[in-house]
Amino acid sequence: MSDMRDLYQEVILDHNKKPRNCYAMDCATRTADGHNPLCGDIVKVYLRIEAGIIKEISFQGHGCAICTASTSLMTESVKGKSVAKAKELFEVFHEMLTGVAEEQGVELGKLQVFEGVREYPVRVKCATLAWHTLNAAMDGDDESVTTE
Amino acid sequence: MTLPTATAGVQALDIEKVRADFPALHQESHGHPLVYLDNAATTQKPRAVIDAVRTFYERDCSNVHRGVHLLSQRATVAFEQSRTAIKNHIGANDSREIVFTRSTTEGINLVAASFVRPRLEAGDEILISTMEHHSNIVPWQLLCEEKGAELKVIPINDKGEIILEEYEKLLSARTRIVGVVHVSNALGTINPVRQMIELAHSRGVPILLDGAQALPHLQVDVQELDCDFFVCSAHKAYGPTGIGALYGKREHLLEMVPYQGGGDMILSVSFDGTTYNEPPHRFEAGTPNIEGAIGFAEALRYLDEIGLESVAAHEADLLATATEAVTEVPGVRLVGSARDKASVLSFVIDGIHPHDIGTILDSEGIAVRAGHHCAQPVMARYGVSATVRASFGLYNTHQEIAALVAGLKQVKEVFA
Repeated sequence: MSDMRDLYQEVILDHNKKPRNCYAMDCATRTADGHNPLCGDIVKVYLRIEAGIIKEISFQGHGCAICTASTSLMTESVKGKSVAKAKELFEVFHEMLTGVAEEQGVELGKLQVFEGVREYPVRVKCATLAWHTLNAAMDGDDESVTTE
Repeated sequence: MTLPTATAGVQALDIEKVRADFPALHQESHGHPLVYLDNAATTQKPRAVIDAVRTFYERDCSNVHRGVHLLSQRATVAFEQSRTAIKNHIGANDSREIVFTRSTTEGINLVAASFVRPRLEAGDEILISTMEHHSNIVPWQLLCEEKGAELKVIPINDKGEIILEEYEKLLSARTRIVGVVHVSNALGTINPVRQMIELAHSRGVPILLDGAQALPHLQVDVQELDCDFFVCSAHKAYGPTGIGALYGKREHLLEMVPYQGGGDMILSVSFDGTTYNEPPHRFEAGTPNIEGAIGFAEALRYLDEIGLESVAAHEADLLATATEAVTEVPGVRLVGSARDKASVLSFVIDGIHPHDIGTILDSEGIAVRAGHHCAQPVMARYGVSATVRASFGLYNTHQEIAALVAGLKQVKEVFA
């Protein structure tokens, strides 16, 4: 049970209940769709990129608490950052979840709350679906992203 | 074919004795005693099945139908006796009506390819139900796409029961086959297959039953049912994975074209042409899953020894108890509440995703399935993307139901 508190931290439960930046964006310059076929999680990421900077980001979709909270926190953490910086953040976030040596001096900040997910290999996809989708949107890749 | 409502006259299961037969049940999961409630996905295997498979490899390992030596003869006899055991268990008339397959899925694909494809024309129809597993949807979709035929779907009511009047209306002069699940893996519904078969036959339409979930719960009698095809797999009924069986009426099998080409399915081969073997061998190209077939037969023997009536009574009792206990947890909504139901409990909890529920239950040692159960259309029918499914087998207990309910309360606490 205490393990469950490590996984479902307060910040995650809060973002699951009240996801931030959860709306369809009319003026998006880029969008991408992500899908986890195993559990049916679906996320659509909207971006407004100006001069290489993510000026606005939002999402819509449905998924488990890990997926929803991860998407919500992702939008908060990349907003106002450059595309290059967002990609770097994804790399470090991914490394934290998959257990590969982490450092590079990039601060994950609130995203650190997902550290517990690494103990649950089947749930890593839940935490990374939004990031893969963001990546596709930044790359201008129209193909739907799946975690399979 | 229904679960008995009264248990009078049925031998009660000695649950401790039964549990002792299943080695995998006696382990810990995340520091808790394992509570295995994912039986609709696959069942655990009794010692007798594990021993039968091991004995084959330790003593009789050889190829079948071709060796002149002793081991091959023993393997062939064991393999063919397994076919007979399956024939006896499901009440077929003739062992030659039993085709070994890899799985239920392969059985459906085989019927689609060898029976339906040659007789399907543009504008024809194939009729299935809303609650089918993907394995009884996609093979038909592929075939319809290829031939320009149409896939028709029988609607279900809110309880998860087939609407028979709608079914009757959908049976048309263009219907070439009905494919329907006997017991739904996602909802637990036991379909009124006898009536459905009669209705199909009254219009001259053959019918295939997906019996994957029926085999571990019900005493199936294919002759009494008069179905044209019945497909099932061993692993849902305490047997090994990778082996299934297709029952087909002999008259159908005789007129069916081969499914795959290869060894064992031929009588003679030359470059000018090949003479196909008789059914069932015509449909069994390549070296079969010999140990799987032997394990399959052993699993059925085990079930027969316990008695399916006793199993059904025990499971009906578990289902009734679990239904009451789980629905008392605030926010729980059952998905599928058919009057006639096997021991499958599918549900959602308001505001909590099934995957989160599955992870928290797992941390308590409770194995359930969370997801769409390879039945996305029926999930859509209920407006959900996934459910939690607790499915009970002959070895589950009331204490395990209590553990499930306690686990659900923990889920509520985490998400309070």
